[in-house]
Amino acid sequence: MTKVTMTVNGKSASGDVEGRTLLVEFLRENLGLTGTHVGCDTSQCGACVVHVDGEAVKACTMFAVEAQGAEVATIEGQAAPDGTLNTIQQAFQDHHGLQCGFCTPGMVMSAAALLKDNPKPTEAEIRHYLDGNICRCTGYHNIVKAIMAASGQDVSRIAAE
Amino acid sequence: MPKDSGIGASSKRREDIRFLTGSGNYTDDINIRGQAHVYFLRSDVAHGTLKGIDTSAAEAMDGVVRIFTGADFEAVGGMPCGWQVTDRHGQPMLEPKHPILAHGKVRHVGEPIAAVVADTLEQARDAAEALVVDIDELPAVIDMKEAVRDGATKVHDDIASNLCYDWGFVEENKDAVNKAFEEAAHVTTLELVNNRLVANPMEPRVAVGDYARGTDEHTLYTTSQNPHVIRLLMGAFVLGIPEHKLRVVAPDVGGGFGTKIFHYQEEAFCTFAAKACNRAVKWTSSRSEAFLSDAHGRDHVTKIELALDKDNNFAALRTDTYANMGAYLSTFAPSVPTWLHGTLMAGNYKTPLIYVNVKAVFTNTVPVDAYRGAGRPEATYQLERLVDKAAHELGVDPIALRRQNFITEFPYATPVAVEYDTGDYHATMDKLEEMADIAGFAARRRESEAKGKLRGFGVNCYIEACGIAPSNLVGQLGARAGLYESATVRVNATGGLVVMTGSHSHGQGHETSFAQVVAEMIGIDENMVEIVHGDTARGPMGMGTYGSRSIAVGGSAMVRATEKIIAKAKKIASHLLEASESDIELKDGAFSVAGTDKSVAWGDVTLAAYVPHNYPLDDIEPGLEETAFYDPSNFTYPSGAYACEVELDPETGHVSIERFSAADDFGNIINPMIVTGQVHGGLAQGIGQALLENCVYDAEGQLLSASYMDYAMPRASDLPFYDVDHSCQTPCTHNPLGVKGCGEAGAIGSPPAVVNAVLDAMRSGGKNVSHIDMPVTPSRVWAAMNG
Amino acid sequence: MYNFEIEKPATIADAVKALGRDEAQPLSGGQTLIPTLKARLAAPSVLVSLHGIDEMKGVCLDDDGRLCIGGATIHSVVAKEAQAHYPALAGLAARIGDPAVRNRGTIGGSVANNDPSACYPAAVLASGATVVTNKREIAADDYFQGMFATALEEGEIVTEVKFPIPQSAHYEKHIQPASRFPLVAAFVAKYADGVRVAITGASEDGVFRWTEAEEMLSNSFAADGLKGLTVDGSGMISDLHGSGEYRAHLVGVMTRRAVAAMGG
Repeated sequence: MTKVTMTVNGKSASGDVEGRTLLVEFLRENLGLTGTHVGCDTSQCGACVVHVDGEAVKACTMFAVEAQGAEVATIEGQAAPDGTLNTIQQAFQDHHGLQCGFCTPGMVMSAAALLKDNPKPTEAEIRHYLDGNICRCTGYHNIVKAIMAASGQDVSRIAAE
Repeated sequence: MPKDSGIGASSKRREDIRFLTGSGNYTDDINIRGQAHVYFLRSDVAHGTLKGIDTSAAEAMDGVVRIFTGADFEAVGGMPCGWQVTDRHGQPMLEPKHPILAHGKVRHVGEPIAAVVADTLEQARDAAEALVVDIDELPAVIDMKEAVRDGATKVHDDIASNLCYDWGFVEENKDAVNKAFEEAAHVTTLELVNNRLVANPMEPRVAVGDYARGTDEHTLYTTSQNPHVIRLLMGAFVLGIPEHKLRVVAPDVGGGFGTKIFHYQEEAFCTFAAKACNRAVKWTSSRSEAFLSDAHGRDHVTKIELALDKDNNFAALRTDTYANMGAYLSTFAPSVPTWLHGTLMAGNYKTPLIYVNVKAVFTNTVPVDAYRGAGRPEATYQLERLVDKAAHELGVDPIALRRQNFITEFPYATPVAVEYDTGDYHATMDKLEEMADIAGFAARRRESEAKGKLRGFGVNCYIEACGIAPSNLVGQLGARAGLYESATVRVNATGGLVVMTGSHSHGQGHETSFAQVVAEMIGIDENMVEIVHGDTARGPMGMGTYGSRSIAVGGSAMVRATEKIIAKAKKIASHLLEASESDIELKDGAFSVAGTDKSVAWGDVTLAAYVPHNYPLDDIEPGLEETAFYDPSNFTYPSGAYACEVELDPETGHVSIERFSAADDFGNIINPMIVTGQVHGGLAQGIGQALLENCVYDAEGQLLSASYMDYAMPRASDLPFYDVDHSCQTPCTHNPLGVKGCGEAGAIGSPPAVVNAVLDAMRSGGKNVSHIDMPVTPSRVWAAMNG
Repeated sequence: MYNFEIEKPATIADAVKALGRDEAQPLSGGQTLIPTLKARLAAPSVLVSLHGIDEMKGVCLDDDGRLCIGGATIHSVVAKEAQAHYPALAGLAARIGDPAVRNRGTIGGSVANNDPSACYPAAVLASGATVVTNKREIAADDYFQGMFATALEEGEIVTEVKFPIPQSAHYEKHIQPASRFPLVAAFVAKYADGVRVAITGASEDGVFRWTEAEEMLSNSFAADGLKGLTVDGSGMISDLHGSGEYRAHLVGVMTRRAVAAMGG
């Protein structure tokens, strides 16, 4: 067992882990942050996307010890302390960008990473950016729309209620 | 003006708050103090004699609690099948035993052979590697037509052959249908494959079994679309646990799409093992395991023929389908290619004579069962591809040929035993033609051609049967369950209320839309209504969510229970207002006496029910809680018309979806935002089937598409924005909300439009290809164009 | 996964030392290795993480004008920092996998693994790059030795890759829709002394140079000139995503498109 310490959503967190302990396991099992999900074992679905030192990574494809000393951000830290949703979360609700909610944490974290680098992405840029985030419920229409809306773009001409 | 609350409003989903903040409660989020973990050792051969398992070395390994094999389950029942189909000779289908852990034989790659319970999952895996399994491999049968040949290797020794049933529908029509073909002016024939799919909800299945020795109570937490059904099947037919000692909880469930309807071995195992080991036992499927253990979908091979008269009227239809059951009968598998498929073969057309033959076949593959649409996509695909092919053979416009043969008078009794209550197929086609901008297609085609691409346009119609279904009817058809739904409405003293519904929400937004209905009926704020589901300890017996039935059946039960609440509340109000009950009106959350300004608020009435100081105790009981069970009198029949426009790269064969339009008739609509989202998701799955997804076995029964590395899940960049409309509304005539259901439509209606569009694109490039099988991958397109 | 220790050296020297331990294996970005470990297809006792070795990170130009990329440099950094010098390479890096994978996966890991469908080997081979290890420098033409096979010896790590910068270049890929790896991709690089064409995804022998196309393009740099030039489908990968014949066809299409994108 190795002791790891990192900052998760602004708070110091530490625990004893094995070499093989994945970051996602540390978050879910050691810290009880079960918002980060595991949907595959080949690093493709993106349900586990978190930010490590500001960059989106798949928490299922990184060992916990590799995050030693890092700043980790998860879905649990996205809303304001009083529960107010952030712009992206609110856009997902406003535009029905989620159904079962399982891929949603990864989608929100990926969207946040995209908008940090590209504040006004085009539809095509959003779709390509989401290549590593699979959603089985929404057909992506409302996810793409929500991300466009979160970036301040007018989405009123995109079909749907 | 769109409404801002109640029925017809696009209320934002309340469940989103927990999902968007990482505070959902999915089954894998549940950990029970002291729990052990189970790892299933699964067969890596498709067919073999299981001669023995030596567990001794594994049992001695660190952390191992207990190792189970098939022998441990000889005393309990096998996995039950919930539907018995009767074949065309009046004989019941062949129904092989389905053990919890393989016993004597293994019959598909992925079948669980042994289960290792250990303190940690990795310890269980370590020990599983130390199991010594002695299997004599046998030849595998994978191809359905091979499987039913004389002398074929048998998947099961305890039944006569690999032919589960040979179903004819309607058998009495067969001769008349054949005669009509002899007299036809034109016959169009099509052979096709409806590709095997894997449902792939993003949340893999999970089961956590718990047991309280002190009270002899079992609890199973599971990723299920219908926890009550699991409780009944597992308790009564597998483990022999009475329902009052068994609680099944399906908390937040990350998508289902059919594959979480069924009762699986892992659920029974964890429940059983929790008692046997006297500690909670947890199983979390990996995605790789899911490919080998979740029931698959579709997998039909069909020959379909259409007879037309000299005026291009459809005279008769006959089909010959092989439907793959896999190695065992999954819970509702026999019903899918029969009653959910054959009954839909009339489609939107007034074809007077129809005969459907379905041979259900056992193979050494994962069991196949319902996947979004379940039988109806298979029916729609073959029919709508066939009609398109007929139009091209006859040189007539595909839309015109469809319109000419539309059913226009309702109710309409089809020759395949169902009666459509309402519909307006011309209206949805009119709407579609407007949405699809057919007039602008020629210009768009020229633009594509200028880039060296081909552009194609395809349409189709669909009809489906949802809201399953009348219990007495499905009982005659072989269902071993009722198909009603329940709701309990519990009004609290201060006026808020809780609805406990047997429907289960795993993405459909019931917590929002169901609340809209009750709030509107009473005239109170939606936030005063809480929807509870997914726990057998909290609500009455319910049948769960599948077949687009939640609002049509579950919603109707909720309406009936709410009507009872209102009726009782009116009695209380009449007492409080000292007026005749017949004069009491409920509006905007207040009871008033007609023609007066006397009124009493909803909250005052509910308080009186629980603090009955001034209360008609001689007439009615205190309290305000009512339950209703609703059993529908018919299916519902959503319908629609879809159009797809593709661009095809003739050099690579790549097909991209450029436009997709869907005009649906779902009857009345509760929450348009949610309905639109349901259609979007269905379209993505239908387009996925048409272009990307394929579950492929090799000849030895190894699954080639066994992970996301080889099974192509649709991504955002594979799909367009969709144009979806549901303004054509012919309300259902037999349920109180006039609703039809919308969950499966997109998946049912979209594949033929895509394939029809691809063939149109090829024709525009000078390649007259009469058919191409799904998925229409670049390599298949290239081969077809260069063949 | 089987259990293992993870060592996190800060220098190449320490990494090499750690790799001398029994059953030790380097861990680069882990985007291929970790899924492999999950499936229990590998059982190292020690993983030596290269992630913390600063001397193996970064993008710069050397005195010969070559673009030098440290072995532990992640794809997203290459996508940004190579853009001004070698846009085709930056574009390749920007389209590997998905954004989260690009934030962990490294050029050294990709080149060392030599997956027959990986993107980077095509760029390395088409550029005639030099693969630098802790021991030596290896010319690309000598480095790639078939599917998942390279000239690397036990314990040897890719510390840097040096790319001669071409006059122009383009990477054209047709993806396998499930994995999003290339089904077939072509990297065409035009240098003063000739054109190099490398193909990934197609061959059972892994990345390869399409020398016939190179000769034609070196004579006359025109996509049309390649029409009619075909590769033999018999050595091509054939699987559920496409036959060998289809892949052979795509080799031509991707190469022509790359050339056309370069104005040829």
